[in-house]
Amino acid sequence: MKHIKTINAANLKKTAEKGGCGKCQASCQSACKTSCTVANQKCEK
Amino acid sequence: MIHKYKLNGYNIVLDVNSGGVHLVDELTYDMLDNVEPPFEDKCPERVKEKLSRFYSPEDIESCYQEVVELYRNEVLFSEDTYEKFAKYSVPAPIKAMCLLVEQDCNLRCEYCFASQGDYGTGCRMHMDFETGKKALDFLLEKSVGRENLEVDFFGGEPLMNWNVVKQLVEYGRSKEKEYNKNFRFTVTTNGMLLDADKIDFINKEMSNVVLSVDGRKEVNDRMRKRIDGTGSYDRFMPKYKELVEKRNHRNYYVRGTFTKYNLDFSNDVYSLFNEGFDQISVEPCVSDPKEPYSITQSDLPRVFSEYEKLAQMLLINDKQGKHFNFFHFMLDLDQGPCAIKRLRGCSSGNEYVAITPEGDIYPCHQFVGVEDMKMGNINEGTFNEELKKEFAGAHIYSKEDCKKCWARFYCSGGCNANNFIYNGDIHQAHKISCEIEKKRLECAIMMKAAKAAEEQGIEL
Repeated sequence: MKHIKTINAANLKKTAEKGGCGKCQASCQSACKTSCTVANQKCEK
Repeated sequence: MIHKYKLNGYNIVLDVNSGGVHLVDELTYDMLDNVEPPFEDKCPERVKEKLSRFYSPEDIESCYQEVVELYRNEVLFSEDTYEKFAKYSVPAPIKAMCLLVEQDCNLRCEYCFASQGDYGTGCRMHMDFETGKKALDFLLEKSVGRENLEVDFFGGEPLMNWNVVKQLVEYGRSKEKEYNKNFRFTVTTNGMLLDADKIDFINKEMSNVVLSVDGRKEVNDRMRKRIDGTGSYDRFMPKYKELVEKRNHRNYYVRGTFTKYNLDFSNDVYSLFNEGFDQISVEPCVSDPKEPYSITQSDLPRVFSEYEKLAQMLLINDKQGKHFNFFHFMLDLDQGPCAIKRLRGCSSGNEYVAITPEGDIYPCHQFVGVEDMKMGNINEGTFNEELKKEFAGAHIYSKEDCKKCWARFYCSGGCNANNFIYNGDIHQAHKISCEIEKKRLECAIMMKAAKAAEEQGIEL
């Protein structure tokens, strides 16, 4: 494409299909303890 | 829904529902102000007319066709198809626990949300082994189907109750095989009591360690004072370095707070980097706006420009091979958490609870002391399943502001505690936190875009 370059897989919808296993860590426990960012966590499946 | 913005010379478009991130030229950036589904086969005349002053008809048509193609591929203006999954946001096994092993502290940090350790109770207490043991038993019992259990030793200052920490680690380990569980112990400390033995124990047993420090010595010592009013920096800093060195710089964070007094906090991040740390988290002090140190609405332009500066500096560092992680700019655009996790958010009160020295159960450490949010007591064997259900249902579609927000799949509904403490409702977004989070996300996405542009030689 000349005007637009997509830089990632854009696969969020696919993750919904087999998601929700609950193996990942609870969010704010990891580092900050005072604010929530979920998207910086790893999928542990 | 899309979110587009310009940052550091890049035109960035986020397709909210697919997670697609696009770098676009000026024409596309302008066109996206004028088009939306449903699309036609050819670019509508009104759009052509509007853009023809700056762009050629051929370019406008070819740009329109690219937009339509991405739309058809469901990576631009894609639909929100996730709400149906929200109904699965039901009570889940508890898998994470914050143990307030010490409700006392040897520092008197001015901004402490735990009121210098006692959580506003006026009582400074230690958790005894029996209560801690019951808490771990509670976790073992309530975590059916979950193998990894997170337990954070928190305070106050947990190292003031070190023997109980050690005993609880030993107890947890003794139960792992029987219950087929893997305890991931972590500790959050101010470092004042660190010594070689504690460092060795922490590095052996703790899967992560959070070391509190605000950055530059003078910044740290202004807020993080000892009981006699003197600074803490010189005491903990050599110990932090020893600890981090001994664990080969793995699985730790130096974690600070910035306030109105150090809005130039990128200097604090760099101070920590220059001291040899490469896993850094520095957070805004979100507190009662009446407090002189609290970040308020009027500080936001400065805070935003500081985040932008920090993002640009980190990119330069990367190019020079001097990489370090800044917690809030860490983002995985491809392999991050699944959409279901992103709907549910932080899991407080559902998969995560905090336990006080008296055995009281709260949805998270930030709720401790909020009587209405007490979920039960470990010693009394009580637990409010209804309250757990309410927290389980606190997903992004239950929060009016969140379901319309472009950042909803990144922050996932924000901090329930901040929502409750400042707005009286876990479903009502705490606006200043939202604004700051959105800026951090824009910076983090820009950094990914900048790296992709460089690696793939993208020029638009």
